[in-house]
Amino acid sequence: MVQPLGYLKESPSQTAGPYVHIGLTPNVAGIHGVYDSDLGATMVNDRTRGRRITITGRVLDGTGTPLKDALLEIWQADAAGLYNSPSELRGSADPDFSGWGRCATDGVTGEYRFETIKPGRVPFRDGRPMAPHISVWIVARGINLGLNTRLYFSDEEAANAEDPVLASIEHRIRVPTLIAAGDGDHYRFDIHLQGEKETVFFDI
Amino acid sequence: MRDPSNRNPETGAFFSRDRLWHPPGLTPGYKTSVLRSPQKTLLSLDGTLSEITGPVFGHSILGERDNDLIHNFARSGESAIGERIIVHGRVLDERARPVPGALLEFWQANAGGRYRHKKESYLAPLDPNFGGCGRTITDADGCYALRTIKPGPYPWPNGVNDWRPAHIHFSVFGHGFAQRLITQMYFEGDPMIWKCPIVQTIPDRAAVEQLVAALDWANTIPMDARAYKFDIVLRGRRSTLFENRMEGN
Repeated sequence: MVQPLGYLKESPSQTAGPYVHIGLTPNVAGIHGVYDSDLGATMVNDRTRGRRITITGRVLDGTGTPLKDALLEIWQADAAGLYNSPSELRGSADPDFSGWGRCATDGVTGEYRFETIKPGRVPFRDGRPMAPHISVWIVARGINLGLNTRLYFSDEEAANAEDPVLASIEHRIRVPTLIAAGDGDHYRFDIHLQGEKETVFFDI
Repeated sequence: MRDPSNRNPETGAFFSRDRLWHPPGLTPGYKTSVLRSPQKTLLSLDGTLSEITGPVFGHSILGERDNDLIHNFARSGESAIGERIIVHGRVLDERARPVPGALLEFWQANAGGRYRHKKESYLAPLDPNFGGCGRTITDADGCYALRTIKPGPYPWPNGVNDWRPAHIHFSVFGHGFAQRLITQMYFEGDPMIWKCPIVQTIPDRAAVEQLVAALDWANTIPMDARAYKFDIVLRGRRSTLFENRMEGN
């Protein structure tokens, strides 16, 4: 026999289901008066530093049909590349930027939308700079465990080319699935859950 | 915001997720998963700063009745109809350490199994005094509590006669974005648990049992509400004893 390690097991995930909005965006679900506003609805204010951008897109299933009941959360660094988190030890992030947003896909069109800022660069584990990116988490009916991906920017070609995470993708044909297409200050990022255009998802 | 327990900020990467313990993506018994599960393998990514950091929410976001679903949507002087219960427990990590400052959000159907949602068409009626959402933040010991009514089971279009067991959805934020978790709490003794295709997405019976809250008679309030105890475990962090290539940071 050996000494027991004594670790617990993580609580197993279950799907968020079709009514995730009741809990996470109740005002969107039409449940008013419980919370003043939905958490994560606003990431920036008038004083937030950095370039304002909008990100829109859809989440598509294996037939190309948009999910009208998905919920996305994003997590990103501020314009200087600092996270607004107690685990950020490199400095203090912009207090006027939460770094975290939440949005349900529209019940009719399936579109999501975030109003945020372009993040700065953050170091990889070995200190090399990663390209500007936003972490994305997707839950919905039919998704048993939340899916993690990353959004990179089409106008950061040089940084993307040296990004250690993008570089770890063996099948180079899949790299573009993580690159949001920019048009001015607007970026478009569709997420394909399954099939030929399947987005790269991470086990983080 | 600093960790309310006054420990040093946690900066380690997380224990890797045991994906044989969690439900896999493709679980055909739960039909919607068939077209919504990736077919390609996940790309493994040992936690960078982007994964090991995460937002932490202060108690200031909470309203007085955010964790009281019996009253937080009810008209003045009225309350939701159903079996009055308290659900309480602790949020721990895999190292059995409390997770203080964890944001818990929960949602559920009413006593008759009806959700307050425009896409819900089950013929059981809405309760005018029940909204079905709540939230709270764990204290310095990782403890939380909420008050609600026990949700009813409800039918759903999967098999021709599938019913969900009574359940409460839980969304949990720990301290790192990689700890993000959504799960469901079930109730001790409910025979519906073992018939449910969503429960059955979990391969291991012991993992299912981790989601079944025990009737906690000791904490039941006489003449008021019964209690159920539901502990939640989030991913633990690796010790930062010998981090790789720290000289590069």
